[in-house]
Amino acid sequence: MNMINLLLFPIIIPFFFAMILMFFKEQVVVQRVLTLIGLALSLVASFWLIATVKTEGIQTVTLGSWPAPFGITMVSDMFSALLVTTTIIITIFVVIYSFSSIGVERERFFYYPAILFMITGINGAFTTGDIFNMFVFFEVLLIASYLLIVLGGEKRQLRESIKYILVNVISSAIFVIAVAYLYSIIGTLNMADISVKIAEINQPGIISVIAILFLIVFGIKGAIFPLYFWLPNSYAAPPIPILALFGALLTKVGVYAITRTYTLFFVHDIGFTHQFLMVLALLTIIAGCIGALAYFDLKQIIIYNIIIAVGVILFGVAQMNTSGLEGAVYYLLHDMLIKGALFVLIGIIIYATGTSNLREMGGLIKTHATLGWTYLIAAFGLAGIPPLSGFIGKVLITKGAFEADHVIGSIIILASSLVVLLSVIRIFIYAFWGPQKNELPVRDQRTYRQMMFPAIMLVLITVAYGVGAEWLMPYMTDAANVLADPSIYINAVLKE
Amino acid sequence: MEFILSILIGILFTAAVYLILSRSLLKVILGTGLLSHGAHLLILTMGGLGGTAPPVVIDGVTDFADPLPQALILTAIVISFGVTAVMLVMAYRMYDVHRTDNMNELRGNDEHD
Repeated sequence: MNMINLLLFPIIIPFFFAMILMFFKEQVVVQRVLTLIGLALSLVASFWLIATVKTEGIQTVTLGSWPAPFGITMVSDMFSALLVTTTIIITIFVVIYSFSSIGVERERFFYYPAILFMITGINGAFTTGDIFNMFVFFEVLLIASYLLIVLGGEKRQLRESIKYILVNVISSAIFVIAVAYLYSIIGTLNMADISVKIAEINQPGIISVIAILFLIVFGIKGAIFPLYFWLPNSYAAPPIPILALFGALLTKVGVYAITRTYTLFFVHDIGFTHQFLMVLALLTIIAGCIGALAYFDLKQIIIYNIIIAVGVILFGVAQMNTSGLEGAVYYLLHDMLIKGALFVLIGIIIYATGTSNLREMGGLIKTHATLGWTYLIAAFGLAGIPPLSGFIGKVLITKGAFEADHVIGSIIILASSLVVLLSVIRIFIYAFWGPQKNELPVRDQRTYRQMMFPAIMLVLITVAYGVGAEWLMPYMTDAANVLADPSIYINAVLKE
Repeated sequence: MEFILSILIGILFTAAVYLILSRSLLKVILGTGLLSHGAHLLILTMGGLGGTAPPVVIDGVTDFADPLPQALILTAIVISFGVTAVMLVMAYRMYDVHRTDNMNELRGNDEHD
């Protein structure tokens, strides 16, 4: 069977199920079951997609059969196929976690449809091969995220979501402006075609200006220094499952967009654009480290760890050599999984103790031993203690940096691992060691076990991701090869 | 013509930035509206204003207008319309709960919740 539409399935299936779910507003159980079925089908499709991309190379489909570069092309190379799959895996477990934690009230008000619409937008943004279509998919995921961040209508949520929307509306306007400038110079919107045309004119200054404009747009969404200012407060407002989805997925879309544009379009003046990106990435890491150590609030500590990870990934991208890009791809997937796991775990800690303030916790290891050890494994994974998954990504990124003679940057990356370890172990020490400070609220053991299941599963997946790195490496290499050599991507899209 | 439009876009952006930096939430939302208007006009200008004939292939016509910027603007207008509607509803709900539309009073941190 010739399935040229295969790469659209992970986008269309969640969209289709989200529409169906809206008819079952009051039947929460139906909604849960349908959401899981929809995500499971998308997962099957995305695994199939990975297998197809592995054997047959980059998959493309041009909507309406207009030949590229005229029609809107959807392109699935290994990088985007891996990201799509990881997105769906995380969503499945966060959805399972929400069953016992988000509350029926929110479930009745389109919680699951909003998640599925957001997945539609995220997978679309990962897959599209048209820069304006990427803007459209960004808006799809943003509008779904506006609903999710304000869902519940708590005082704090309303206040923070207004700021979240404002920041994103302004960055979307800049996105449109950047696309308009690019169109006026290049005269095309197809990403492969843009790459060809920029190579033809050899990236004059104006293209570098547009590169920086794109960096601002995606940097606001992906939370790089100094544009991450909106993130910590906004992300802390919604309940934990939504925070887990945002933290694991949304910033990564921005990171993906930077990676894609900075490896496909703006590769002819690396001395300026990528140097700029690297300096910003390092500053992002430093700012994130300061934040991660400054807070005694569980949520804030992990949220600042998102910012650190964004810096590490973009530092890998800025090296523009195979090791650095391979490391960036590997670390990006690792970070999505581990952030999902960590947010779910701190959600359970907050559930068990009734507070998110570290100073009021203590002695949890006596009552919640499994939670403690699972958290410790996730924490070690985040910091990159071998053989867990954070280690391999950082080794490759550092190797890439040494090959590109960026020694100081590598040292900052390695030092940041120590800060990350300190910040997450601090949670372990304060929450699990020592005497119990406050009486624990009485919690239903069954709910607790239901919450632990997705957390343990996610942590197991990250462990398998680290231990099985040898087996996964061919996929990472494929992804990095396409990023390192734009001609593979261009030939696949413009083959006819 | 492009020159005049550029000045107009500049004025729109200036007004948008001024409004977005103001304290009243409603003015901020109006500012984002102006910002997106400016961005849409910018697409039109950047696509080039030349071309007299509609973009339909007819014998003997060579001076087509570029249809792509118009398609982009249409998409962008619909999106910004939707987002503005969502934002207005949320601003109203927020005013309902917080009883203020002054951005300075919405700074907020954990201690004041």
